[in-house]
Amino acid sequence: MSGGSERVPRLAATGPEPGQGRGPRFGRGPGRGGFHGPPGMMPAERARDFKGSLRRLLRLLAPYRLATLMVVALALGSVVFSIVGPRILGNATNLLFEGIIGKQFPAGLSVEQVDRMLRAAGRQELADMLGRMNVVPGRGVDFAAIRSVLLAAAMLYVLSAAFSWAQHYIMAGVSQRLVYRLRRDVDAKLARVPLKYYDSNTRGEILSRVTNDIDNIASTLQQITTQLITAAVTVVGVLYMMLSISPLLTLMALATLPLSLIVTLGIAGRSQRQFAAQWESTGKLNGHIEEMYTGHTVVQAFNGQEKALRAFDDENARLYAAASRAHFISGIIMPAMHFINNLNYVGVCVIGGIRVARGLITLGDVQAFIQYARQFSQPISQTASIMNVLQSTVASAERVFEVLDEAEETPDPAQPVRLPRVAGRVEFRNVSFRYKPDVPLIENLNLVAEPGQTVAIVGPTGAGKTTLVNLLMRFYDVDDGAITIDGVDIRAMSRDGLRSLFGMVLQDTWLFEGTIRENIAYGCRDDRCPPGEEEILAAARAARVDHFVRALPEGYDTRIGDDASTISQGQRQLITIARAFLADPQILILDEATSSVDTRTELLIQQAMAELMKRRTSFVIAHRLSTIRNADVIVVMNQGRIIEHGNHESLMAAKGFYYDLYNSQFSKAFAEAV
Amino acid sequence: MTYVLRYLKPYWKQLTMVSVLLLVQSLSNLYLPDLNARIINEGIAMGDIDTIVRIGLVMLAVTLLLAGCSMLAVFLTARSAMGFGRDLRRAVFAKVQSLSQAEVNRFGAPSLITRTTNDVQQMQMAVLMGFNMMFSAPIMSVGGVIMALRQDVPLSASIIVIVPLMALVVGLVMRRTMPLFKLQQRKIDRLNQVVREKIAGVRVIRAFVTTEREASRFNEANLDLTNTALTIQRTMALVMPSLMLIMHLSAVAIMWFGAHRIDSGAMPLGNLTAFISYVMQILMSVMMAVVMLVMVPRAVASAERVQEVLAEVPSVAGPAALEGPSEAEDESPADPMPEGIVEFRDVGFTYPGAEAPVLSGVSFVARPGEVTAIIGSTGSGKSTLVNLIPRLYDATDGALLIDGVDVRDIPLKRLRGMVGLVPQKAFLFSGTVASNLRYGKEDAAEAELWKALDVAQAKGFVSEMPGQLEAAIAQGGTNVSGGQRQRLAIARALVKRPRIYVFDDSFSALDFATDARLRAALRKQVGDATVFIVAQRVSTIKDADRIVVLDKGQVVGIGTHAELMTSCEVYKEIVRSQHAEEEIA
Repeated sequence: MSGGSERVPRLAATGPEPGQGRGPRFGRGPGRGGFHGPPGMMPAERARDFKGSLRRLLRLLAPYRLATLMVVALALGSVVFSIVGPRILGNATNLLFEGIIGKQFPAGLSVEQVDRMLRAAGRQELADMLGRMNVVPGRGVDFAAIRSVLLAAAMLYVLSAAFSWAQHYIMAGVSQRLVYRLRRDVDAKLARVPLKYYDSNTRGEILSRVTNDIDNIASTLQQITTQLITAAVTVVGVLYMMLSISPLLTLMALATLPLSLIVTLGIAGRSQRQFAAQWESTGKLNGHIEEMYTGHTVVQAFNGQEKALRAFDDENARLYAAASRAHFISGIIMPAMHFINNLNYVGVCVIGGIRVARGLITLGDVQAFIQYARQFSQPISQTASIMNVLQSTVASAERVFEVLDEAEETPDPAQPVRLPRVAGRVEFRNVSFRYKPDVPLIENLNLVAEPGQTVAIVGPTGAGKTTLVNLLMRFYDVDDGAITIDGVDIRAMSRDGLRSLFGMVLQDTWLFEGTIRENIAYGCRDDRCPPGEEEILAAARAARVDHFVRALPEGYDTRIGDDASTISQGQRQLITIARAFLADPQILILDEATSSVDTRTELLIQQAMAELMKRRTSFVIAHRLSTIRNADVIVVMNQGRIIEHGNHESLMAAKGFYYDLYNSQFSKAFAEAV
Repeated sequence: MTYVLRYLKPYWKQLTMVSVLLLVQSLSNLYLPDLNARIINEGIAMGDIDTIVRIGLVMLAVTLLLAGCSMLAVFLTARSAMGFGRDLRRAVFAKVQSLSQAEVNRFGAPSLITRTTNDVQQMQMAVLMGFNMMFSAPIMSVGGVIMALRQDVPLSASIIVIVPLMALVVGLVMRRTMPLFKLQQRKIDRLNQVVREKIAGVRVIRAFVTTEREASRFNEANLDLTNTALTIQRTMALVMPSLMLIMHLSAVAIMWFGAHRIDSGAMPLGNLTAFISYVMQILMSVMMAVVMLVMVPRAVASAERVQEVLAEVPSVAGPAALEGPSEAEDESPADPMPEGIVEFRDVGFTYPGAEAPVLSGVSFVARPGEVTAIIGSTGSGKSTLVNLIPRLYDATDGALLIDGVDVRDIPLKRLRGMVGLVPQKAFLFSGTVASNLRYGKEDAAEAELWKALDVAQAKGFVSEMPGQLEAAIAQGGTNVSGGQRQRLAIARALVKRPRIYVFDDSFSALDFATDARLRAALRKQVGDATVFIVAQRVSTIKDADRIVVLDKGQVVGIGTHAELMTSCEVYKEIVRSQHAEEEIA
């Protein structure tokens, strides 16, 4: 592992900053942290196996079968009620209309008499219209009838709203629980995959699957399910109602359907392309911004500002062109749909009006029909935008499933050998290992470390000195031969059992967000957890941590973390040493740092490490001459391979690579020193 | 906020145009139900088919006008909003380019990135979506009210009841969920952090057999987030059903009261249908406006954060009198070749807002052909000291002079052209090896690049890379090792052939052998340039002509290795700490 700074790709991981994260959404488009456009404007991220992944995503709903069925039933109820509503209101209009017409004629006349009167007066059309109606001449508006109709409509609306609310409520529970389980499963999975997975994927890549992708699913799942169900039910229900009112008008309304489909799909396809271009430019531009900001020092020191600005302007102009095209094209979907709907509206008004006038249909029915026609086109355009969201959700789900499908470590033996206390004799017996099958790395290595001995691993920068650590800790398994501890093959033990025997202090000082006390306590072994205050202090003192911690205003309760600048790099390393002291292992793996540690802390680290190594078998990735010369076994590595091993005298006598290395690196540097 | 809105100014013509179009669009939208009412009153009620067709044609014309206006408005809004975003983004980026390291550190690079990308994007979307709404919602509401009044005055009173009711529902839900959204973001951040730690520390976690503890740490954060998200979603589940209910019940109520009005002859039947349409339109506008209102706090927050950057005054700026025309003449051959005598004259530096100075009373002179080393413990101010030379920071006390001229009187570009800096963090840009090496000198020939690589001990690995000089370098140089990165950064400074070299702890990732070879080659290469080396290792600097020992921001010793070994306690301590064991060995 290089000491390079961790960088998380995708800006979503660096931002948004607290306080300006995701805002509330009214069931709108998906958000990946930052740069998302309005709904349905995600980049066209397509899943590789859309159907398969969608089916698998749906299968995740299986444990919530009952709740999901409820949701479907509630959606059905809610939609049906809201669909019947306009029809009933239409009846109220009819009653009203009849009352008003009826009032125009003197009471006592029969309908036939009125009809004759009208035809005599040449008002044929009005007479036709009345023929379809239930007019009682002379009687005014029947308010009792209207009241009961309106009350029924109100009841239906209330029920519809209640159902709709219950549906959303239940679905929220289902989707959140599902996402919770998905996160838990992925986390559990990440604990079971071999180290190889971590070494062959970037941190950012893994991170974004656990966070961004699952977040994306979390925020869209409910929206998709409820809207799709509602849309489907609405289309069917509304179509039925329209047909029941007037097949002719329905035909007329449906005539514009292909038109709206063509328009929606045509525009959506075009805008997808523009959005893809916009997304690409955004990515490039943001990459440039990120790069220039992180490298600000270099940009300034090398007079690179103008160059940076030129590159920025180029991409910014491309982004502008793509973005304004994309937003224009996607922006005209709504007006276009509106236009088509209005065509419909005018058509229904005119044809419906003529038919009412001819007495073929009632006014209330036409009114209801107009409302239905509007309701009908809505779910169709809604579905178009939902499909985009669905695309990105399934693509996210697929990436999460990929993690879940990763090969796991070979299982531990059923009856693992337990070594509660070991002497610490470590032997490599005919060990062969390669990371890549075609690149030989370690061939037939034999090596013994007796209890209490020190093995120094030396070699130039980048010689692959961590490979031995990987094998000892079973982060990777040997291809051939065996590694034994006190004569027991390490593969006969459980991984946890094996690792409990080791203490590890790496150059890559990993501390987690928490107090110094918690970070030291991290080293405790299962049987002594959590450790007592005395144990922590003892470990801290042994690791030379105590004195500087006491100087901190909050002492052991000082919070440290990923990037905390409260303590220096060297002090971080001391804390990891304290952790190892607390673990009190029989075998040690140490990495002597060369990176920026100031000289006084360096001295403390040396003292602490020397103390830690007493009476313990130690494997040290060594940089210091004293460590190397005093080691019982020196393993010399170059370009990933072990090329020599032995003690200092024997290696010097062999006049091989070590001899050269020693002469070039150390003798001159230090013989002259001081 | 207003400051940021200035960037809308260039688009005022388009936006005025959009407002007019939106006005026409809203009015035609309102006209349609009126026409519908007339179809009923004048056509259907009279049984007059001619009238029905005639009004129908008018409706068609209005519909066409509507579509035309909307599309033109969308076109102009998209261009204006995206143009606004483009200009604002450029302004922020250019501003950051002009800021000194001090300001960049204060904001933090990640925050500046978010401000330039996310926040500008956020505002751009607010303009795009908001502009339409902000104009059409009030027009539609006011117009709707006027039209409703035209249909029937007493019935219009219903609007006074319905609209506040809707606002109340939305307001209550918002008041409850807004803080929850903030909370949710914090919990997402927390979860992400746990995951990040677990990925970074996977070896440690497995080595310490703490997988289970880690799982429970994760689950705690997971459960916490799930609960908050659930509360939010369940609360939000109320919004749409209740708004729809209010709308539907309003229609029912209007039917009821309207029926009485019609019965009493105060209002024609067709007006009722139109009235309901208008009320629905008003309510829809109100709902849209509410949705838009949700965007406002975010957009304002973004605007403030962008504004903070734009308002920042760079603490390091070129000399006022010389800026401008003379900048252009920087490269002119008339400028005498600088000698490179660097003098620190009683230099002090205090970070803005900090209590104690990082540096104080530093005085010494470094001359061409000399190597000046700076050593001291972490936090002693070594990096700060050398960063003052290319004016990444400005001294807050005293003065730094090059060839006798205060650096603040030298045009920035010229000053930085003289200095070759190898920063502590060897940052490489994405591109190729060659594009990185040429960063300080665009026209450098290939031979020059190879020469620099040779000196920097990087020739070996570069010639083994596929494509050699044209080998790809990932952003930040993550595809080469730390030691290789440092050597490439050194080569980059060498290609520039500056008068003054600054190596800020640039050898730390190199092993001793490479370090030694590199320094030997460097000595020959830099010739009579002035060299500064900041180092941790005594072995790196003990041959220097002058070693400046810093302790807590003050110079505690200046001299050669031999001199300091006799005179400087701090230096002796440093040497002892590094070589105690070797001496014994």
